[in-house]
Amino acid sequence: MSVAILRFPGTNCEFDTEYAFQKLGFQTTIVWHNDATLPSDTNLVVVAGGFSYGDYLRSGSIAKFSPIMKDVIKYANKGGKVLGICNGFQILCEAGLLPGALKRNTNLHFISKYQYLKVANNNNIFLQKCEKDEILNIPIAHADGNYYIDDIGLEELKKGEQILLQYVDEKGELLPINGSVASIAGICNINKTIFGLMPHPERAIEAILGSTDGIKMLESFGA
Amino acid sequence: MKAIVNVYLKQGVLDPQGKAVHHALGSLGFEGIKNVRIGKQIVLELEAKDEQKAAQEVQAMSETLLANTVIEDFDIEIVQ
Repeated sequence: MSVAILRFPGTNCEFDTEYAFQKLGFQTTIVWHNDATLPSDTNLVVVAGGFSYGDYLRSGSIAKFSPIMKDVIKYANKGGKVLGICNGFQILCEAGLLPGALKRNTNLHFISKYQYLKVANNNNIFLQKCEKDEILNIPIAHADGNYYIDDIGLEELKKGEQILLQYVDEKGELLPINGSVASIAGICNINKTIFGLMPHPERAIEAILGSTDGIKMLESFGA
Repeated sequence: MKAIVNVYLKQGVLDPQGKAVHHALGSLGFEGIKNVRIGKQIVLELEAKDEQKAAQEVQAMSETLLANTVIEDFDIEIVQ
């Protein structure tokens, strides 16, 4: 049983992610993008954050064609758990494993700060240790986090209880942080096995860094 | 032969960069601008001789990689 963390040229969160999962007692393997297969004991694939291929063309657009992604897509289609954090979320959308796309933030800024998030749905393996409507404080750091989906797609997400995290203020009111449709910060696929989010739970695991709210999430992911 | 692929955000998808440039042009005193959309142009130099075949290839390239059809539209121009 092991967490496979993908590394593309330009990925820069693989060691933070590895540190966080190891701290929580999970086995981890960093997998290079040119590898053809995931480790056979993989029970979670994490597409870590960063700037794969320099964000050239569109964030995540080139990474989706890396050799390892073929096996990730196969793994995901068989029901394997996949988590995409930040650039990982962008890659999963580009690869068609998650619906919608991520555009440039409306204010065109790279937004890097702690951000309150609301747990919109917890009836999934990823947020099962959180309460519904619970407010978490987890850092965001992105320029292309403006989640877009058309109206029909949004209705489907709502109906499928696939909206998992939304940007809010500390009282839980939705905030238009980056222009995302419905203030969406994270979604999952209809089968609730693939989760993509812009915030970085691996950066919120030690009180000295400001928050430990990421632990509850990561514990559920790896279990 | 060259293929010029223009990629734009779809109509109805907010273009934050276009909006910022629109605003900046207004601040500079340029008037009468209804809308600004920013896209990108990708120029491909091709070995192909057959124009129709090349257009088909570039169409496939655009759908696969050059544009994200969830949010973007594209058009292709073949130039000899």
